[in-house]
Amino acid sequence: MENLSAPLDIAFDYTRSLGATLGPFMTALRSRHVIGVRGSDGTVHVPPVEYDPITAAALTDFVDVADTGTVLSWSWAPQPLEGQPLSTPFAWALVQLDGADTALLHAVDVGGDPGRVSTGMRVRARWAAQPLGRIQDIVCFEPAGDAPAAGAPAASADGAQVTMLTTPFSLSLTHSASPEESAYLRGLAEGKLLGQRCPVCEKVYIPPRGACPTDGVPTEEEVQLPDTGTVTTFCIVNVPFAGQRIKPPYVAAYVLLDGADIAFLHLILGCDAEEVRMGMRVRAVWKPAEEWGYTLENIRHFEPSGEPDAAYETYSHHL
Amino acid sequence: MGDVAVVGFAQAPNVRRTHGTTNGVEMLVPIFQELYAATGLTNRDISFWCSGSSDYLAGRAFSFISAIDAIGAFPPITESHVEMDAAWALYEAWVKIKLGEADTALVYGFGKSSAGDLRRVLAMQLDPYVAAPLWPDSVALAGLQARLGIESGRWSEREMAEVAARSRSDAMNNPHAQLSGHVDVDELLAAPYLADPLRMHDCAPITDGASAVILASAERARELCENPAWITGIEHRVDSPAIGTRDLLASASTTASARAAGGVDGVTAAELHAPFSHQQILLREAIGLNGQTTVNPSGGVLAGNPMFSAGLSRIGEAASRVMRGQDQKVLGHATSGPLLQQNLICVMEGRDS
Repeated sequence: MENLSAPLDIAFDYTRSLGATLGPFMTALRSRHVIGVRGSDGTVHVPPVEYDPITAAALTDFVDVADTGTVLSWSWAPQPLEGQPLSTPFAWALVQLDGADTALLHAVDVGGDPGRVSTGMRVRARWAAQPLGRIQDIVCFEPAGDAPAAGAPAASADGAQVTMLTTPFSLSLTHSASPEESAYLRGLAEGKLLGQRCPVCEKVYIPPRGACPTDGVPTEEEVQLPDTGTVTTFCIVNVPFAGQRIKPPYVAAYVLLDGADIAFLHLILGCDAEEVRMGMRVRAVWKPAEEWGYTLENIRHFEPSGEPDAAYETYSHHL
Repeated sequence: MGDVAVVGFAQAPNVRRTHGTTNGVEMLVPIFQELYAATGLTNRDISFWCSGSSDYLAGRAFSFISAIDAIGAFPPITESHVEMDAAWALYEAWVKIKLGEADTALVYGFGKSSAGDLRRVLAMQLDPYVAAPLWPDSVALAGLQARLGIESGRWSEREMAEVAARSRSDAMNNPHAQLSGHVDVDELLAAPYLADPLRMHDCAPITDGASAVILASAERARELCENPAWITGIEHRVDSPAIGTRDLLASASTTASARAAGGVDGVTAAELHAPFSHQQILLREAIGLNGQTTVNPSGGVLAGNPMFSAGLSRIGEAASRVMRGQDQKVLGHATSGPLLQQNLICVMEGRDS
């Protein structure tokens, strides 16, 4: 049977402080100006480098450079990817701005025609309508002969220095479960708790693992476990946090199912938080079967089963 | 400090897509078993473990932790990880043995490139202020470098295609290769551009894979392997992350590493980690290899490029030639980061017992 897989889209914002060299560079971009930094050998670096490549000294000797320049090399992007400067075919280029000695990597818009781009061509920055103090304030470069884009230069030099940079980040992946995890997740969808036994040490893992962490061999024999178990350890959550689904205080606990050799994390509800204790016997409370999916959330929580507490020796080696 | 040798190498098949997890366990367990069988070691006998992989490729934080299941890490082990090609994990393991803190080390790398969009994932290793926010992809960047070389006369599109064709035909001797076979250079040149000036054959394929190498101290190496590949020089260097500052037609870090590793005199086979065809030409020159050296007899990464283990595999492939008695002195090269930013050279020799 095929392994289960599902889309995994991850996204968050990287927030970075800019410091004494990149801060002024981004501040200048916000005013539709480009500045470079002069190195110990006189080289004007654009984009600026924070430390001199030769002496490693911090660099803050800023130099105004033009927003026009020359293409040193280019490659064609026939199918732009998500997040790139243009959504229509364009050229990536190393652009040496007039007054700079190093090259800036950016996009060149030639109207989708690779025949219009060449090494040595003259280009000019196309500025964003509302610059924010980031490299994308230069939307792209365009052939210097083209008519100037509407609303360009007229710079506004006021405002506080740009000190922070926030860059959204996103990747789309396909996450695949292992054969062992797939069997476990399919079991959950049928209301079964399936573990697997290591063929060497005979320990039962739930969820089952790709390889036994003691023996390094795949787990094999399928074992169906009951939905009753013992609380091995727990914590009472008193702190509210973003995304929290249950009002504190509540209990998150390690539950060792009967017959398993590894505990997993779940909620203990159905009693006061202060009643939960190590060794407490618990039973799963399932959602209605029609709500089941490939997830341990099919078990809403565990609650006390009313049985006498388990003896410490029965779970102490799982702590 | 005593000598260190490569005594074992194994790799998973290089394939476009596996159905396994991003934690590599399915690919690693079989190659670990292969190494144990070849050396007679068990997981309990390995005194240091070190791996290379990437959280960005897996889309999860601390993804390398799950891979440790493949080791059987109880009782507790001594373990370390690098977020770059596992060739750098091998360097760390070499240091560990040199210092006398371990006498055997198992080094492994793994990557499931097929899980995401590799070209976008690799943009995350760029300068986070002025480059990465534009999401320049790895193929676009390589194209800038390739064109600089083409237009300056350092190499031609035909020479690039010849590198690709030779890689494919050499890979016919490599059962783990993803791409192999006889291809005609004119046919390659007739193909459309993937990203002008690069065609599909100029770019390493997207590959899922894993590899592993066992290192041993002088005291242990001969017990474990008939012909250990003794590491006589290993060095790595780094170039600036500012791509527009570097001379992209040279690789200063490669040249410096090769020199510091003792030079290339007498090297008869070299495995170069060149993800783009022109980079093989560039690296050959940067290292100073001449016609006496067979380059990439395995087919290299143009025949299969498992991220984060491909560089380790270059060392393993080169070492295997010594272990098999095919060559007496070999060189393995690994790269990491954008446009050959970081480079490692490992020179290995056989010794008469």
